[in-house]
Amino acid sequence: MQAALTIDQLTKTYEGGFQALKDISLTVEQGDFFALLGPNGAGKSTTIGIICSLVLKTGGKVSIFGHDIDQDFSQAKQLVGVVPQEFNFNQFEKPIDILIHQAGYFGIPRDIALVRAEKYLRQLGLWDKSHVPSRTLSGGMKRRLMIARALIHEPKLLVLDEPTAGVDIELRRSMWEFLREINASGTTIILTTHYLEEAESLCRNVAIIDHGTIVQNTSIRALLAQLNKELFVLDIREPLTQCPEIEGYPLTLVEPNVLEVEVEKSQSINHLFEVLSGQGIEVLSMRNKTNRLEELFFTMVEKNLTGESHD
Amino acid sequence: MTSQQKWIAFITIVRREVQRFLRIWPQTLLPPVITIVLYFVIFGTLIGSRIGEMSGLPYIQFVAPGLIMMSVITNSYSNVVSSFFGSKFQRNIEELLVSPVPSWIILSGYVVGGMSRGLGVGLIVTVLSLYFADFSIHSLPVTIAIVLMTSLMFSLAGLINAVFARNFDDISIIPTFVLTPLIYLGGVFYSIDMLGEFWGSVSKINPILYMVNAFRYGIAGISDINITWAFTMVSLFCVLLFAIALNLLDKGSRLRS
Repeated sequence: MQAALTIDQLTKTYEGGFQALKDISLTVEQGDFFALLGPNGAGKSTTIGIICSLVLKTGGKVSIFGHDIDQDFSQAKQLVGVVPQEFNFNQFEKPIDILIHQAGYFGIPRDIALVRAEKYLRQLGLWDKSHVPSRTLSGGMKRRLMIARALIHEPKLLVLDEPTAGVDIELRRSMWEFLREINASGTTIILTTHYLEEAESLCRNVAIIDHGTIVQNTSIRALLAQLNKELFVLDIREPLTQCPEIEGYPLTLVEPNVLEVEVEKSQSINHLFEVLSGQGIEVLSMRNKTNRLEELFFTMVEKNLTGESHD
Repeated sequence: MTSQQKWIAFITIVRREVQRFLRIWPQTLLPPVITIVLYFVIFGTLIGSRIGEMSGLPYIQFVAPGLIMMSVITNSYSNVVSSFFGSKFQRNIEELLVSPVPSWIILSGYVVGGMSRGLGVGLIVTVLSLYFADFSIHSLPVTIAIVLMTSLMFSLAGLINAVFARNFDDISIIPTFVLTPLIYLGGVFYSIDMLGEFWGSVSKINPILYMVNAFRYGIAGISDINITWAFTMVSLFCVLLFAIALNLLDKGSRLRS
C-alpha cells in the first residue's frame, strides 16, 4: 500500500545558518494516526511547513501518496489539509466565507462548497456562528474553524500543528472525538502536540524529533513498553507519622494520608499491598502519578541532549 | 488542477477582492471620489476659470482626463498593495500558498481585483466629471485600451510593493514618495510644452506622462507625446512588471521561509 507521507533525507537550513532539520527520514502509512512530538524549536513546525509548502526545504524529498511535492505539487497539495499552530485566517471575514474561499482555491464549485461548509461547521459546532465576523469567535472556535477549513477539500492527509493548544478540557475531548471519527473514515492524521496525553490517547505511531533529528520512530505501544518504572500515589485510611519501609519498594510519605511508591515493571503490586496490609496500612485508592509518555519523552530528549543515544 | 478548477480559483480570488473593497467602501470608494470632486471644484472651476485655455482646451477639460487617470492609478495600486500586504500580515496568504493554485492565477486574481476598484472609481469619477466639464470621447478604443493597461500596470506594481513590504510603513512609502510626485509631474495639471526643452525631456522619463497623454488623446484628441510610443511604453512596463511579480510569487520571496 502506498504510504501517505514519505520524507527522505529532509534538511532545512534557515537564512542565518540555523539548521532546523538534519537529514530526517520518516514514513507515515495510510490510515495512521501519527504523532510528531518534540520540544519547542525541535523542528516539528518546520517539517509540517515543508509538507504544506509554507517552508522551502534545503534538501531531501517529500512525497504525499506518491506525489512528489516538487514535481507534482498540484496533486500533492490536493491531498493535504493543514491546521497551523497560529490563527491564519482573515479575521474580518465570516466563517462561511473563509470556508467557501478555501474551497474555491482548490477548484471546488461554489454550490458544493456551500454544502460542505455547512456540514463541517455543523459537525464542529460552529454553524450558528457562520455569519459573524471571525474575529469575534473564541479561541476554541477559531481552532475549530481552522479544522473545518482544512477539511473543506476533503484531504486524504490531515496535518494538525498543536490543534488543541489553549483549548479547555471539555472542548479538547470533543475535538479528539471528532478527529477519531475523521481518522476512522480513512483520513490519515499527523498531529503535533505538547499534550502528551493527547498523543497517547489518539495516536498509533509516533516520531520524537529533537534538535532537527528523529530520536525515536515507533508505535506508541512499543514506546510505552520501554518504560521500566511507574510512580503510583496511594491514598491510605489512617494518617501516618513515619514513612513505612518495604524492601524493593521505595516509598515516600507525601502527606499523612498519601504515599508515593516507585514500582518496577517486574515487581508485583499485589506483594506491595500484602506487605502494607501486614503493617496495618489500608489503601483506599491508587493512581498513576506521571503521564507515562511524558516520562519517556523527557528521557529521550535528555538523552539526545547529552548525546547518549540516537536510535 | 484542471482548467475549470483554475477558473474557479481565479473567480474566487477576484470575488473575495471585490467583496473586500465593497465591504469597506467608506475607506476605499468614498475618499477618492471626494478628493477628485475637490480637485474639480478648485482646479477646474475656481482656479481653472482664471487660467483660461491649455493646449487649446478650456482648463477644466484639460485636467479632467488627468484627474480620472489619477484616480485609476492610485486606486488600482492601493487596492492590491493593501489587500496583499494585509493577507501577508494576517498570514491568511497561507490559505493560497497551501492550495494547488498556480502563481499566475494568484497574480491574475489580485490584479483583476485591483483593476476592478481602479476602473470602478475611474468610472464614478468620469460620471461626476460630466457635472463639471463638457466633453465627448475622441477615440473610444484608445480611451478603453489605455485605461485598462494603466490599471493593470499599477495593480502589478502594487503587488510587487506588497511582496517586498515588511511593515505598514513600507506600503505607504512608494505611494507617498514615488507615485504622488510622478502623478503630479506627469502632465495632469499642465502641458509639458510649458516646461521648456530640458524639463520637458526630463518629464519623458515619467511613465505616467504617457498614460495621461494617451488617455487625454482618447478623450479630447490632444497629446504632448506620440500615442504609438505611449502604448509601446505602457505595454513594456506591463510585461516587465508581470514577469517580476510572477517570479516573486513563484520563488515565494518573503512569503515562504
